[in-house]
Amino acid sequence: MKLVVCLGNVPDTTTKVKFGDDGTAFDKTGVQWIINPWDELALTRAMELKEDAGNAVSSVTLITVGPKEAEPTMRKALAIGADDAIRVNAEPTDAYTVASQLAGVIKEKGFDLVMCGIESSDYNGAAVGSMVAEFLELPSVSAVSGMSIAGEEVEMTRDIDGGKEIVSVQTPFVAVVQKGITKEPRIPAMRGIMMARKKPLAVVEPTQVDALTDFTKFELPQPKAPCKMVDPENVAELVEFLQNEAKVL
Amino acid sequence: MAVLVYTENWDGKFKKLSFELVSYASKVAEMLGTTISAVSIGNVDDDELAKLGNYGASKVVKVEGDGYSSLDSQVFTNIIAQAAEKEGAKVVILSHNNNGKALAPRLSVKLKAALGSALVELPVSVEPFVVSKKVFSGKAAGNVALNTEVKVLTLAQNSFEVVESGGNAAIEAFTPEVGEVKTIVKDVQKQTGKILLNDAEVVVSGGRGMKSADNWGSIEELADLLGAATACSRPVSDEGWRPHEEHTGQTGKIIAPNLYIAAGISGAIQHLAGVSSSKCLVAINTDADAPIFEAADYGIVGDAMKILPDFINAVKEAKAK
Repeated sequence: MKLVVCLGNVPDTTTKVKFGDDGTAFDKTGVQWIINPWDELALTRAMELKEDAGNAVSSVTLITVGPKEAEPTMRKALAIGADDAIRVNAEPTDAYTVASQLAGVIKEKGFDLVMCGIESSDYNGAAVGSMVAEFLELPSVSAVSGMSIAGEEVEMTRDIDGGKEIVSVQTPFVAVVQKGITKEPRIPAMRGIMMARKKPLAVVEPTQVDALTDFTKFELPQPKAPCKMVDPENVAELVEFLQNEAKVL
Repeated sequence: MAVLVYTENWDGKFKKLSFELVSYASKVAEMLGTTISAVSIGNVDDDELAKLGNYGASKVVKVEGDGYSSLDSQVFTNIIAQAAEKEGAKVVILSHNNNGKALAPRLSVKLKAALGSALVELPVSVEPFVVSKKVFSGKAAGNVALNTEVKVLTLAQNSFEVVESGGNAAIEAFTPEVGEVKTIVKDVQKQTGKILLNDAEVVVSGGRGMKSADNWGSIEELADLLGAATACSRPVSDEGWRPHEEHTGQTGKIIAPNLYIAAGISGAIQHLAGVSSSKCLVAINTDADAPIFEAADYGIVGDAMKILPDFINAVKEAKAK
């Protein structure tokens, strides 16, 4: 079974975000880039499935849509253990174009199981994985928090409002994963980092797809009022504030 | 050029989120000078369907069947897309909950409709169609132009007031082409009697400052007293003190309750990304310099394990009055 993990390259979570060009574009100056945290969970679970010999996963491939600057993040993901990587040489403009590019490569190369994180920490669209599935006309299961493979069938735990479902789907399909899919994201080891340098990272040119959306303006939030401190000896005062001032109790 | 809203049901019933969604759709329809139709999938009584009229739906398109109690993303996408075409919908609105996140992106591709997701307010304008959304996990907001004739929107939970309009909805049965079900459901495990984190208006949450899983009694007692859901920070779910479904934060649940009480949570940026949309945030922490106090509206510097019992007593006294 050939697995593919779609990987986003995003600013480090602790980045202080700034916008240039009159607030119309994200300012990338000085930004550290990381693997999108949800995709890192997907990659970690993909590696666990591959290592479990019983599952007969033959390979784990990464695909990223991004410029050359995304490659250090991709190398980090190769260091975590993926076998090879493909970069679609395009600026990720919106979820629709990214998903269309990913679907194009996935269709051409042929994979059995596509894994994507449910959301990305930059534009928080929660869209790419399920869009890829629709482009490929494949089934998709979203909010996946557990996954195991038995033959051609993949069994998953899916979070629903108010509980969980155990579902199974025949490959090929797209699994959109979230928290719970693995315990903790993997950190590359030295040996992995050395090996990653030699792993194949192919670059393919994008197909022509027009974005359906564009960001016209960004704004930083208004500074909020300072926190009102309550004496720890007088918790009753807090309850009074919540009842009569904030009116939330 | 109607607005179509997908109203999911839970065992044949709607909940507050459904009415929020229809109320929101009703305002969007007003901006566009059109009406709203709701689409319902699965077995829901006409009395229940009729409730949607009270929030502004002028029509409910029902697609009944026994096979719709669990989501198959392709089947549901097919149904909603056909309902959208039938109703001539220019805007299709879903919740940004688990099912909405599974369906909206597929609909966007199928209808070649621009997607505006996780919205917390009405569109900025409809001509051109521009929505505002949070980006960088809540660190900024961005205006997004949706440049297609048809648009798909998802609305974040608990971000829009329920508005009763007192209207009536016509109910119409619809039998679309559905395609084959590919998602086989083997088991369903539902939590019963618990308030769901995403639905909760009040949330009591514990962090590492609670020291161990054994100390959750006071969190649960306060939650019971306030009719609240319980939540936790990431280290707590990573340690296995609480289940991962309770983890609020960047990679966990993103919630927007009216009141969020953070006990023994320092407020790492990843945690704040999940709770910063709370309308009122209370922080209890031993460290006066903890970042949680920068995000909080009310704070107490002190040991959460000592403060929570006092908090519980104070609420009981206030309730007794």
